[in-house]
Amino acid sequence: MAEVLVYVDHVDGAVRKPTLELLTLARRIGDPVAVALGNGAADTAATLAEHGAVKVLTHDASEYAEYLVAPKVDALQAAHEAVSPAAVLVPSSAEGKEIAARLALRIGSGIITDAVDLEAGDEGPVATQSVFAASYTTKSRVTKGTPVITVKPNSAAVEAAPAAGAVEALSVTFSEKATGTRITGRTPRESTGRPELTEAAIVVSGGRGVNGAENFSIIEALADELGAAVGASRAAVDAGWYPHTNQVGQTGKSVSPQLYIASGISGAIQHRAGMQTSKTIVAINKDPEAPIFELVDYGVVGDLFDVVPQLTEEIKTRKG
Amino acid sequence: MSLRIVVTVKYVPDATGDRHFADDLTVDRDDVDGLLSELDEYAVEQALQISENSDDDVEITVLTVGPEDAKDALRKALSMGADKAIHVEDDDLHGTDAIGTSLVLAKAIEKAGYDLVISGMASTDGTMGVVPALLAERLGVPQVTLLSEVSVEDGVVKGRRDGDTASEQLEASLPAVVSVTDQSGEARYPSFKGIMAAKKKPVESWDLSDLDIDEDEVGLEGAYTTVDAATERPARTAGTIVKDEGEGGKQLAEFLASQKFI
Repeated sequence: MAEVLVYVDHVDGAVRKPTLELLTLARRIGDPVAVALGNGAADTAATLAEHGAVKVLTHDASEYAEYLVAPKVDALQAAHEAVSPAAVLVPSSAEGKEIAARLALRIGSGIITDAVDLEAGDEGPVATQSVFAASYTTKSRVTKGTPVITVKPNSAAVEAAPAAGAVEALSVTFSEKATGTRITGRTPRESTGRPELTEAAIVVSGGRGVNGAENFSIIEALADELGAAVGASRAAVDAGWYPHTNQVGQTGKSVSPQLYIASGISGAIQHRAGMQTSKTIVAINKDPEAPIFELVDYGVVGDLFDVVPQLTEEIKTRKG
Repeated sequence: MSLRIVVTVKYVPDATGDRHFADDLTVDRDDVDGLLSELDEYAVEQALQISENSDDDVEITVLTVGPEDAKDALRKALSMGADKAIHVEDDDLHGTDAIGTSLVLAKAIEKAGYDLVISGMASTDGTMGVVPALLAERLGVPQVTLLSEVSVEDGVVKGRRDGDTASEQLEASLPAVVSVTDQSGEARYPSFKGIMAAKKKPVESWDLSDLDIDEDEVGLEGAYTTVDAATERPARTAGTIVKDEGEGGKQLAEFLASQKFI
């Protein structure tokens, strides 16, 4: 069976969930061979094996932490040469897309980004994408070279599928390009203890109607009761009420959770682009004409300062 | 010292319009009004700020690849304050994908001459966000992308990249390719004076032969990817909407319980 390269997104050896989803998709096309780079690379092997990796290629060097993107492209290119895979799959993070694009160019391949589904096809893997603010669904293929495809979080279920996961050292020679952009400082994000926005099963978002940074505490209280991530509309972020890393929409994160709760968000195209593919959508808004109500499975026309705390209390009561 | 900045911009269908596909499954650019991609305004703005904060002699060239109407995007950038513009236009470009677009841009950037390329973080139509990385790869220069803050001093570009897990400080020697996010600073509105001045600024037109690119390297034929199908997403079925009469939160909880979320 053909092998499929899967680029591993991990933090010091802890594999992030989208990579495990990629392994599920990779198994539809061939045998997943994972590529893990940098500090803790070898520590990823057990988790990857549990989810279907037949092999885990690892390499650690200080260059991965000291220089932007390019060293990882060199490594993935080396893995591509070593394995001759049927496809290369990369998580659709900002960095993942950049690595994938540069790799595609180097190996003379096409690239598809932000796939939301992937299946085997007679002429190579077929990627499903959601485009134009999720108003269209497309099916695309790479027609030249080894298909390089980046896949969005929450595009597949994480499945246990034990495989060998044999660790092999990947031999990498860094190119001149590798050391072009120095990373001179790094400030890790403070953990909120909440799930990662793009990976969360439930997202609770606040918008203009929240009307102030201090009021986001009621959004957070609901999120915590549901074990959800917190999102914000561009209006709320631009007003300085919530960090940009939590922005949902065209210029922020694109999310596709099981449940999306929009509070005080009108539903401008900018926002819809980032949440329209959510499975169940719920909205609370004072304005009955707000476009967000065109998308909802359940909507409450009312003041979020009444409805959201009551909802939070009711969930608490029901959980007993 | 002089500093030559090339800002890449894209003319896109208005995202608030009813965007759709043409019969050949390329983006329909005829039925929806086009404009300078909003995310590219931030790139023009940062180029202008670098120029204003520099003692060097800075020249800002805006570059686009696109049909005749794409000149509108160049005019907008010129009216914001860019010095001159280059429009790459050729019938054979129709259907070009990201790999092909990066080829055309890279050749045009090299022909124009540059010390610094500045791009937006992504286009608002294709939204791939890969062209800046592809340009760095093609030009063989450092990639300093997705910056929320950028500055240039003594031939070195520095910036802050806010990622999912960390915020990073980046640094590279020029020449380099930079992309900036919508957090880099509000883009200015063109002044009346700027709009008038833009009418007199030079706009050069180049075609594929000017860039030594063969027609089979670009367009639908030259594309590395193909779209087999595009279907309109079915409208979501109308949901239940209730007015809060004092029990709205409880009703919502009931709905969530019925869907097994709580």
